[in-house]
Amino acid sequence: MFNEYNPIDKKVFQIIDDKGKVINKAMMPAVSDEKLLKAYKDMLFARTADLQIVSYQRQGRIYTYPPNYGQEAISGAVGAIIGENDWLVPAFREMGAMLAKGVTLKELFLYFMGYEDGSKFQNAKKTLPISVPIASQLLHAAGIGYEIKYNKKDEVVFAFVGDGGTSEGDFHEAINFAGVWKVPVIFIIQNNQYGISTPTRMQTASESLAIKAVAYGVKGIKVDGNDYFAMYKAVEESVKACKNGEGPVLIEAVTYRKGAHTTSDDPTKYRTKEEEQQWESKDPLRRLKLYLEAKKLWSEKEEEKILPQYKEEVDRQFIEAENYGPYPKEDVFKFLYAEMPDDLKEQEKEYERFLQWKASKVK
Amino acid sequence: MKIMNMVNAINDALDIKLAEDKSVIVYGEDVGVEGGVFRVTEGLQQKYGAERVFDSPLAESGIVGTAIGMAVAGMRPVVEMQFCGFVYPAFNQIISHASRMRNRSRGQLETPMVIRMPYGGGINALEHHSESMEAIFGHIPGLKVVAPSTPHDAKGMLISAIESNDTILFMEPKRIYRAIKQEVADGKFTIPLGKANVLNQGKDVTIVSFGAMIREVQKAMVMAKEAGISVELIDLRSIYPIDRETIAKSVKKTGRIITVTEGPKSFGLGAEISQIAIEEAFLHLEAPPARVSGFDVIVPLPKGEHHYMQDPYKIFYEIEKIVKY
Repeated sequence: MFNEYNPIDKKVFQIIDDKGKVINKAMMPAVSDEKLLKAYKDMLFARTADLQIVSYQRQGRIYTYPPNYGQEAISGAVGAIIGENDWLVPAFREMGAMLAKGVTLKELFLYFMGYEDGSKFQNAKKTLPISVPIASQLLHAAGIGYEIKYNKKDEVVFAFVGDGGTSEGDFHEAINFAGVWKVPVIFIIQNNQYGISTPTRMQTASESLAIKAVAYGVKGIKVDGNDYFAMYKAVEESVKACKNGEGPVLIEAVTYRKGAHTTSDDPTKYRTKEEEQQWESKDPLRRLKLYLEAKKLWSEKEEEKILPQYKEEVDRQFIEAENYGPYPKEDVFKFLYAEMPDDLKEQEKEYERFLQWKASKVK
Repeated sequence: MKIMNMVNAINDALDIKLAEDKSVIVYGEDVGVEGGVFRVTEGLQQKYGAERVFDSPLAESGIVGTAIGMAVAGMRPVVEMQFCGFVYPAFNQIISHASRMRNRSRGQLETPMVIRMPYGGGINALEHHSESMEAIFGHIPGLKVVAPSTPHDAKGMLISAIESNDTILFMEPKRIYRAIKQEVADGKFTIPLGKANVLNQGKDVTIVSFGAMIREVQKAMVMAKEAGISVELIDLRSIYPIDRETIAKSVKKTGRIITVTEGPKSFGLGAEISQIAIEEAFLHLEAPPARVSGFDVIVPLPKGEHHYMQDPYKIFYEIEKIVKY
């Protein structure tokens, strides 16, 4: 597949069209109806949660949040394939993949409500916390890849970055290191067309983002990231190549951020209604749903039935997070070092003395 | 016991840890085949193979960033920044990730790794090869910063650093890499990080210093002795955590404190240590704490560097002033 879709040939890997019709039968991955339905439901759940979080944010119940809206097929495909022992190195727009690893919505809520406890991921092994400094996390993925190869483990790393992140030095360094070391890392660029307000064409003079793989001497492919089947197939083949010792893979997943960059951003300042409209027919859930409906695997009725359950579940976890309780002051101090240095202990004690003094003053 | 310089001692520490712990690996620019530009890692690739001791691509952020990934996955990487002046591309990885991973994940993830870095001036080097920027790193919560002043300390402290579950910035005073030789114990021993070492007991003035400056202070102490001044010398060993207790105890005894450091003066280590003296021993002070440090300038190129560097006379000049205050 990687030869056939060499980025140098300017091809975009696609399996279904905007109407959910298979246009590339030869490449259709073998996914059972059951798995497919689960994937759709997982994406629908992620979207439901995502849209609800934005409304919680508008109600002032959660802080700044970066929505995934419109990009669900990318995380959905990774989520369907990633194993318990595979690593997930997220940026910050990979809700579906994180949920698939076992991160709970409640944990994500806690994080965006302002608790580091939301990054504990108590049921998710081998999942790094959200990384805010753009592209810096890709190097961690390359390092983890080295560990996998060094200890001859049968695992891969999934590492995410946005289109803006491809301009960072760490993007270059990470793929370069991973390429030289030939380690099993799948780098996924979610090219959602904008880095906040800056369009992808202003990030690079390259023909595509996937074509950068050619210069690094690693496998690369440009995929319709709103096509669940294409994403699934690309990820599946990447895992095979990685586990076969063929080194890292760079996937450019072309998508569209239907929402804002974060809840603090206003996309009307830098893009048009017409443009948003054009992407509407490419919506990943819509396309997969059309496919499923045509195969009689899913119906509007079933969706109407399940959506309230999802909303209720999202609400339930959100309220649990809201009732999480106060932030213990010792948690401010105790996680910096394996053992707390004396001076830091003293700072904590002095803060305690101050709080007692303050309590005596404030009525 | 073997007579060793600091280069031999660091190499010995790496050798011991590579031999006993498979999760330890060593990499950086030119550390493999060549054994490092200062030959600190010489012979290790031949002994442990190119999978465990190797040359990385030339990219400091890449070196530190990948080490973070290895560390969270359970390894103990020891990476080299070729010179302190080259560490800045890696600064983001150090300050944004290595020092934060445990805190960010509430203790679920750790980054046990050592970033070795030759620092300091006095070797007639090109620009960017002479800085002593310990204060920048000491300011980062979650990071430990240490610097040995002898071959013995270098070996024991590096073994401690590799065994620590924290990220350790291990600053190596390259000026004395080969200048000091001493007997170093065979086999494994450790020196705890965070504890200073009182090298000389005295009663008139406390001098706190570290790394290559210790030797300069010792030369100044000979002049002081001739002048009848008794100096207590504290080798800090650890920039952070800083050993407040040892500093406080000494200042309470002598009533005077001078810090001797190579970095620029403002916001430097001297200010921090002076403040510790004030907080811990205010009523014992006989004179304002004094600083011998670099100027707030860029380290001059070799022909002008002597204006910048701390020599024994500069130190003795301050000793005389503080005693006469």
